Amino acid sequence: MATVRLKKGLDINLLGAIQGQEISLTAPAQSVAVVPDDFHGIIPRMEKKEGEHVTCGEPLYHDKNHEAIKVVAPVSGTVKEVRRGERRHIDAVIITPDGGKDPIAHDLKRPAIEVLLESGLWVMMRQRPYDTVPSPDVRPRDIFVTAFDSAPLAPDLDVVLGDKRQYITRGVEVLKGMTDGKVYIGIREGQGIDVPGAEVTTFTGPHPAGNAGIQAANIKPVNKGETIWTMDIVTLARIGELFTTGKVSHDTVVAIDGEMVQQPRYARTVMGADLATVLKNELTNVAQSRIISGNVLTGVKVEADQWLRAPYRHITVIPENSKPDEFMGWASVNPNRFSIYRTFTTWLRGFKPAVSMDSRIKGGERAIVRTGEYDAMLPMDIYGEFLIKAIISGDIDKMEQLGIYEIAPEDFALAEFADTSKLELQRIVREGLDKLRAEMS
Amino acid sequence: MKALRNFMNKIEPSFRPGGKLAKLESVYDGMETFLFTPNTTSRSGSHIHDGNDLKRTMITVVVALIPALLFGMYNIGYQHYLAIGENSTGWFTMFLYGLLAMLPVIVVSYAVGLGIEFISAQIHHKEIQEGFLVTGILIPLIVPINTPLWMTAVATAFAVIFAKEIFGGTGMNIFNVALITRAFLFFSYPSRMSGDEAFVKVDSALGMGGGTVVDTFTGATPLGQVATSVGDPVMTDVLGQPIGMFDALFGYIPGSPGETSVIAILIGAAILLITGIASWRIMCSVFVGGLGMAALVHALPSATYPASMLDPITQLCLGGFAFGAVFMATDPVTGARTRVGQYIYGLLIGVFAILIRVYNSGYPEGMMLAILLMNAFAPLIDHCVVSFNIKRRARRAATRG
Repeated sequence: MATVRLKKGLDINLLGAIQGQEISLTAPAQSVAVVPDDFHGIIPRMEKKEGEHVTCGEPLYHDKNHEAIKVVAPVSGTVKEVRRGERRHIDAVIITPDGGKDPIAHDLKRPAIEVLLESGLWVMMRQRPYDTVPSPDVRPRDIFVTAFDSAPLAPDLDVVLGDKRQYITRGVEVLKGMTDGKVYIGIREGQGIDVPGAEVTTFTGPHPAGNAGIQAANIKPVNKGETIWTMDIVTLARIGELFTTGKVSHDTVVAIDGEMVQQPRYARTVMGADLATVLKNELTNVAQSRIISGNVLTGVKVEADQWLRAPYRHITVIPENSKPDEFMGWASVNPNRFSIYRTFTTWLRGFKPAVSMDSRIKGGERAIVRTGEYDAMLPMDIYGEFLIKAIISGDIDKMEQLGIYEIAPEDFALAEFADTSKLELQRIVREGLDKLRAEMS
Repeated sequence: MKALRNFMNKIEPSFRPGGKLAKLESVYDGMETFLFTPNTTSRSGSHIHDGNDLKRTMITVVVALIPALLFGMYNIGYQHYLAIGENSTGWFTMFLYGLLAMLPVIVVSYAVGLGIEFISAQIHHKEIQEGFLVTGILIPLIVPINTPLWMTAVATAFAVIFAKEIFGGTGMNIFNVALITRAFLFFSYPSRMSGDEAFVKVDSALGMGGGTVVDTFTGATPLGQVATSVGDPVMTDVLGQPIGMFDALFGYIPGSPGETSVIAILIGAAILLITGIASWRIMCSVFVGGLGMAALVHALPSATYPASMLDPITQLCLGGFAFGAVFMATDPVTGARTRVGQYIYGLLIGVFAILIRVYNSGYPEGMMLAILLMNAFAPLIDHCVVSFNIKRRARRAATRG
């Protein structure tokens, strides 16, 4: 078993981590929603109308360009609302559950790819280049699966997996049939996942070691003209389960943590569950909280009356602004004002206690001044700063040459955190990828 | 703080569009973000951000410059009282004299530079950028103390407008702004920038410390003396007494205010390196390049080029070499940005500085020109380094199978 040691990156030790692995809360949803923005690359065309009944696993909508790609209902119930925003963009498809649990069964005698496309699990996977839902027209060179989440306060994927762990082997078998290359699984030391048929690689080092794309870049990078698929081990296990039982389970385990959570813990619920139910009595102060579905680096900001978003396993709650009108914060000598740079006094503490961080940007946006900040956070053979500049200036050739095919916005999340110039790097990368994708199609 | 916040809130409307002082909106925003960390929270991407921002970064550089600044003030007084034959004057009086001599230069530099920054920010409706915080203190440190204030003002205005703002402001400039100021003065008013009268202030500073210059007075810098000497170079202080490497190390020699004391500069270097603001790759390779080149010219001494007879260590302690290596070459905006590129960039600055200093009799000091030259080449160096990465990627794509 190969080991890759990553040195670049950063583990941010935030307040509000979960102690232990117990799942101490069960939260059945009062309302469930699917948010099309979670599945980048899919343009929704509704199959169900408001008021219609859906069975768990039945398609809600499909992709405009590939009708075979379905996004399905995670519960049985009634389509309460197709909420639209500007220019009729679908913000959310909201379902009122009726308690029916049994998901629809798929005919496993059909070609595996068809089953996967209609099961709703297809949209849980991502492809590189472009970091979108994979295109069914392209056979991937390899498939990369990450077995751990290294982001701040991230759930232990072994807990999220639970008894679905038994389906991993079957999942690998199925995926192997969809690529001419290999199925790679990246694990943490001591995770003890050894699957026949898969190439298992151990990764050591700080976040973003758990990003499938980072693992791919350090095993076999994506070249121009190639496509790979990435996913997490939970999705792999769900695929295995589908091809064993014929059914997809839409229940999930969610880590609820962060400074503003009373008792950080794991909760069992369903994909797309409403936060009003899941977070009921969990938060210390809703008004001053920022609720993030996902982790603090790549997650999306959600309101307390909204829903759990893909990949449906993590809710972090941090203070929105813990120090309003901080007086001359830039001159602070307080060691508790957290910075990874030694311009502040954090490093003098010598030890690394969990830190409190709110959602303030703590500075104004500037041109890139300091050097090497992005490179220190990006364990890939890429000149991050030069690539970002190429994207900002819209230079397609340079973007290609500098390796935009290898990256996803999430790879630049840490750099965005660390950036002295406070640029919105993930947005910039996303726009670069979209621009390239539009150019290529 | 509450009262201040309330006051700021109260005066805010008059600075916003439609208000009486709307033309000063950028000034208000600048003041507000200076006083209070912005309450803006993240809208896209990462929800948490590091506490460091450009204000902190720039102010740390200013802190690193303080030892050189304080010693520079003291040394102005020291040289002055030496020149008027009152070398038993107390150190505090010397410092006070230097302070009074430098204060007008600092005020002029900041007033002109920040003024242009504010106007530019207002025109572009952008936030005021912090770059000039550092440039504004660098300029008084590298401009000879006897430069007339109007020259400093003109040069600063030229540099800020033509070396920075037309490129897009802080972070976009190609050449180091403070060095452009110095170069503008150097080429426009050469007679005021070198020779006997540039570096030692002999008249009174804001009414303090006038006197008559002693007969033996000579105000040339050691490097200036070396360049014009015949045979073995002998360096003397302003009274004609011989001086050596240790005077240069501590800084008791004539020169631009910031550049004389190598020890004060090294304290600043330590601050920059510990806080990680300056690239140690650049800083170290400038010294390595300079030392190597100085050793080479010392190994081939020539009477035609008297500076070649200086031993390498003395060579690096004299003139603006140390100051340039620590504070100018390490400017991240105008220097090389790739790691490999930083080594090459630094080495070449060191080599060129000594090369110009020794073999070009027109310029006794070469640091300024060496850094400006390499500023121009930094993008090319980076381009070459990055193209290796591009080629490696292209080869990888070509050989896949």
